[in-house]
Amino acid sequence: MTARAGALGLAAALAVALALPFVVSNFRLFQFTQVGVYAIALLGLNVLTGYNGQISLGHGAFYALGAYTTAILIDHWNVPYPLTIIAAGVLCLVAGFLFGIPALRLEGLYLALATFALALAIPQILKYFEHWTGGSQGIVLSKPAPPWGMKASPDQWLYYFTLAVLVILFVLARNLLAGRTGRAIVAIRDNPIAAQAMGVNTALYKSLTFGVSAAYTGVAGALSAIVIAFVAPDAFNVFLSITFLTGVVIGGLASISGAIFGALFIQFVPNWAQDISKAAPWAIYGVFLIGFMYVMPFGIAGALRRVAARAARRGTAARA
Amino acid sequence: MPAPGTPILSVRDLTVRFGGIVALDGVSFDVSEGQIVGLIGPNGAGKTTLFNCLSRLYTPQRGDISFRDRSLLALPAHRIAELGIGRTFQNLALFPTLTVLQNVMVGVHARTRSDFLSNALRLPWVRREEEETRERARELLAFLDLEVLAAHPAAGLPFGTLKRVELARALASRPALLLVDEPAGGLNHEEVGALAALLRVIRERRGVTILLVEHHMGLVMQISDTVVVLDFGRKIAEGPPARVQRDPEVIRAYLGVDEPAGARR
Ligand SMILES: Nc1ncnc2c1ncn2[C@@H]1O[C@H](COP(=O)(O)OP(=O)(O)O)[C@@H](O)[C@H]1O
Ligand SMILES: [Mg+2]
Repeated sequence: MTARAGALGLAAALAVALALPFVVSNFRLFQFTQVGVYAIALLGLNVLTGYNGQISLGHGAFYALGAYTTAILIDHWNVPYPLTIIAAGVLCLVAGFLFGIPALRLEGLYLALATFALALAIPQILKYFEHWTGGSQGIVLSKPAPPWGMKASPDQWLYYFTLAVLVILFVLARNLLAGRTGRAIVAIRDNPIAAQAMGVNTALYKSLTFGVSAAYTGVAGALSAIVIAFVAPDAFNVFLSITFLTGVVIGGLASISGAIFGALFIQFVPNWAQDISKAAPWAIYGVFLIGFMYVMPFGIAGALRRVAARAARRGTAARA
Repeated sequence: MPAPGTPILSVRDLTVRFGGIVALDGVSFDVSEGQIVGLIGPNGAGKTTLFNCLSRLYTPQRGDISFRDRSLLALPAHRIAELGIGRTFQNLALFPTLTVLQNVMVGVHARTRSDFLSNALRLPWVRREEEETRERARELLAFLDLEVLAAHPAAGLPFGTLKRVELARALASRPALLLVDEPAGGLNHEEVGALAALLRVIRERRGVTILLVEHHMGLVMQISDTVVVLDFGRKIAEGPPARVQRDPEVIRAYLGVDEPAGARR
């Protein structure tokens, strides 16, 4: 019953997503593209933190790595932008896997601190390699034109392009998490000793999960560079990493759809807060945050699941 | 399958220290193929520590463990299940957020091969593997009378039920040797009777050798072929139940001087 509700919800969401460019302004559409980009980043972080139980306060660093990979490849070598996204994903996969190895020695808050250090360091590292990164000025790109002589604005094209990447990555993540690998990933979070006793190579799985997580976030960063057509080091500050973690928790830990809800939250709620009070938008945002966590302790996805389950029960009761 | 009577497991001179505590002190014994071996001893005798050595969660300071003539000490913990050693945990070590079915499916992990990439792509052979995993887990749920709980999260079920889920999960890897740590904990008289029958069926029909740690003397004495007794980390007796029960050293160390062996709980 809830499975059918989920399938219906998914179909509806896809229909809305496909129709969106015809009903909203170019600026709004750009914001929704950003939601798609964030959703990919949040899904990556959620695989690591929600499913595998490794807390990262530094995923902004992988987002930056992906963004700069794309920007540098386009700016210096004119590499076609779809290829740069793949390159960013692969590079972040390797970087995440390598970071995941020393991270094996760190649990919980200690891992959070180590990743936090990564987030702290990244803007300055980017400024340091000025020749490649353009220093504080960053790199300006141009928005790609739609291919195949499509009659669409660049913003419309980038929206659909991002949506396509998002759908592919969400399907892959769902497959990964639904089967043998996903069970092992969650088993490690729930009880690492028992997981080991069942034959799960916990060290390898944790490092690989870190790699996959970083790859998703890196692809999101690469997309953001293309969508915004600009990268600069100060956009990838500590606050970005914390925003990602906020999005994951608000959307719903260990939930795939939660990544979408979390992305909507981190994209739009700061704007609403701004609309409500120009003087103290972050205070308003803070109230929103606390309110959400109070009303939906398992995130938006968790709350929806509960509503669907209740409706299903009522449905069966009514028929009985 | 090797002939009954050949040792499937040999523990030699096993010694484990935790700081000043000697948890195991030069323990040696064999487990023969097809046997049920009871491992008993007062609380703190070192039984669980021995299990943890067998599953490579602990590394002994001295001694060796060989399983089918292969030393376990060269292997990491996650390679033990695929060799054919399954176990349950005294204080439960389930995956609370996974369903009962999924818990048992994790037990099949050691017998399946699909990896991150093939899972993400959901290749046809991965789908088949997943189907077989589910089938095997369902069969074990039926065997242990857990079918109705398949979709229930492991968290929140009664202790005795969770013990059975652990047993199902341990059997899922098709072990040749099963280590069970106090399976009768929290069971009533009738349930203990059913457990005895169940362990026998596991041995007879599934050909599984069993090493059983248990405080319930009735159960141990009833189903074990051999009993090994530990006290303060040292092996103080070994032999058929009837003989061990009469062993003065065992009576003194384990059961209290005037108490006959059968009387404890
Ligand atoms: N991880 C550990 N760290 C320190 N001491 C331990 C550890 N595991 C077991 N011990 C100690 O080793 C001794 C044997 O414990 P255990 O093997 O659990 O006994 P049993 O299972 O026979 O009741 C006890 O004194 C216990 O406190
Ligand atoms: Mg014990």
